[in-house]
Order: sequence, then structure tokens, then C-alpha cells
Amino acid sequence: MTVHSALQQLRETKVWKSIFRRGPANTNRTRSLAVFGNLFLHWLPVKVREKSLRVRASYYLGSISFLLFIVLFVTGILLMFYYHPAAPHAYRDMKDLQFVVSNGVFLRNLHRLAAHLMVFAVFCHMFHVFYRGGYKPPHEFNWVVGVVLLLVTLFLSYTGYLLPWDQLAFWAVTVGTNIISAMPVVGNKIRFLLLGGNIVGENALLRFYVLHVVILPLIAFLLIGIHFWRVQKDGGLTVKPKDDDGKE
Amino acid sequence: MSDASDSSTPAVPPSLQAGNAIPRRDFLNEITLGALGVAGLGSVAVTYQFFSPNVLFEPSPTFRAGNPDLYPVHSVTFLQDQQVYIVRVPEGFYAVSAVCTHLGCVTQWKPDTGMIACPCHGSKFQADGTKIEGPAPRPLPHFAISLTADGELLVDKLQSIKSEQVLKA
Repeated sequence: MTVHSALQQLRETKVWKSIFRRGPANTNRTRSLAVFGNLFLHWLPVKVREKSLRVRASYYLGSISFLLFIVLFVTGILLMFYYHPAAPHAYRDMKDLQFVVSNGVFLRNLHRLAAHLMVFAVFCHMFHVFYRGGYKPPHEFNWVVGVVLLLVTLFLSYTGYLLPWDQLAFWAVTVGTNIISAMPVVGNKIRFLLLGGNIVGENALLRFYVLHVVILPLIAFLLIGIHFWRVQKDGGLTVKPKDDDGKE
Repeated sequence: MSDASDSSTPAVPPSLQAGNAIPRRDFLNEITLGALGVAGLGSVAVTYQFFSPNVLFEPSPTFRAGNPDLYPVHSVTFLQDQQVYIVRVPEGFYAVSAVCTHLGCVTQWKPDTGMIACPCHGSKFQADGTKIEGPAPRPLPHFAISLTADGELLVDKLQSIKSEQVLKA
């Protein structure tokens, strides 16, 4: 029995047909249906211009940012199995991950380096979109979503910075939250709420942890969904005007 | 809306006649939106309260700094736990904050140069907290210092005082 015939047989089963309510994707119509009918694909365009896929030096930056986000999501969840967000444990758990846990140093460094790279990739993506004029109508709204995503990326980086609970983390967050308190009128109040007190202590560690692992990733996922969906709704990936003139 | 003044309907008070009357749908919409608005504002207030801790497990801002005799004349003593310098001059005592006014790093007393220096961004202060060089925007504040009934120094970090005020020895 060949792979092809096995697949054919699988397609005939009742279970398969209950999940995929269409035939094999071998015509343009069924290919489009395959994208429309899939929750994970439906916000992607069913058709892409070949020219918009042409690889350039500045290309795939958004996709690279998203890929790094997925890497961070997976490694972050794995790191959570060994990390206690409390002052006596946090630093030791981080050291355990480096020296005791099997492959822990790999996961921790993957998470750390992917985070650095993601900030870099998101900035490059933003510069690329800016200099290509990707913020112009009809893409204005998606540009704003992108700017908020940049801020969410930076907040994720910043909240994650405290979690190793070492000297670097402690002073970085001391300095950072003092920058917040320089804001007129509400600055000190926001700092107090963010730290859960007046000093960088237990409460601050827990608050940064919850922001880092729950609240900010949820916001990021929501906005990334809107961002991708809007790319399609705003007419697909931008193509250089001069490419657009020629026949497709 | 002219349908409302149908001849078959019973007499309506003048205040509710067409023109003055609010349609039922608008009325209910406004009531509902108003209620949701009040509930929304309330939940913001309650959430704000929830996120402001009522009890803090932090070092007390008011602390005893021990017997005055512990501090020799012309000395600057750094109290690590409280992040305060106790400075003894011939005229008496004062307490200077050790937290840099720039971005909150803990400064260090450098006896060889006679300066307080910040390791983060290089601000420098004199022993009395006067700024020598930035980026700190303000001098280090002086905290209220007094003697307890049993003769120990008492510093209150919640109370800033003028730098001329010195606790007489």
C-alpha cells in the first residue's frame, strides 16, 4: 500500500470527512476553501502575488518576528515548569536552569537570545515598513497596531528582565521604574502600582511575572491576530508601485 | 414618530406627546448604557483599589540609628539597610538620603575624594548632599533626625527637611 493510497483511504473515513468538509485541494476553488475553512489559516490571504513573495534583503522581517515570538512562547512555557516567582527562589531557579536542569541552559539561552533578536527584528520590520511607505492608506490602522505591538514587545522584554532576580535585573528595574515616576502627576502612583510597593521587592517580582507570562502575551496574541488579518483585509502585502504596473 | 399620535390611542399627557416623548428603544438603550457606564467606572475604581496594597512588608521608613556616640566627628556613615548616610559634623548630626535623585541607584561615600558618587550614571554629591555634577537633577534630600527619649538617633525618611537644619550634638 503506497502512501498516496493510504492517504486516499484516510480521506474516505467518516472522521476525516467530519473534520475537513471538502475534497482534496487540487483546484483553485478547493484550495481557497482549504484556507477559508481553517481557523488557523483563515486570516491569511488565499492568493498571494508572486512578486510580493520575492526575497529581498529586507524581507520576511515580520514573519521572523512572529517566528521568534512563537519560540519565546514555547521556551517560556517550558521555563515556567522550573521557575518560582518569589524572592528566595527566583535567582536559585535561574541558576538551577543553567547548571542542574537537563538542557535548561539551552532553553534559557534560547529564550533570552530570541528575546533580544525579537526586539531587533521588530525594529527592523518597523523601519522596513516605514521606509517602504507601508503606513500609508489603506494601512494606517495596521501601522498603529504595529506600533502598539512594538511597545508590547518592549514591555515583554522589560518585565522579563527582572525575573532572573540578579543585580542586573534589580538595578535595571530600579532605574526603569524611576523613569516612570518622572512622569508628571501620575508617575509615582503608576510606579507604586507596578511595583506593588515603594521598593523593588517580592510584590514587584510577582507583578512583573504575571505581566510577563499572562497579560502581555495575551495582548500580543490578540494584536498579532488583528495585525495579520488586517494585512489581508487591507489588500495583501505591499508591492512596489513599479512592480504593480506590469501585468501579473 | 407621527404614528404615535394615532387617533385610536387614549389621551396622552402633553409632556409625553410626540416631540417631547423619548422612544422606548432609546430610553432603554440610554438606561442600559448608563448602568453599564456606572458599573464600568465602579469596576475600574475597585480594581485600582485591589492593585494598591494596604500593607507593605518593607523596611520601616522611620528607624533608630543607634547611640550618637557611634558616629565620630567629621564622619560619614552609610547605613546599608536604610540607604541613608548619617553625617557627623562639629555642629551636630544630619541624615542624607543615599538614593540618587537621578534614577534611584544607591550612591557610595568615597572617603578618599570626600564625595558621594553614584555608580549608575556618575552623579557626584558633597557629603551634605549638595550636587557637584549631574545627571542628577536635585541634591540628595536631608531626612528629619531627632533623639528618642532614651537618647538614640531617630531618622524619619518620610520627612524631608532643609539642609541647614542640624541636630545639635
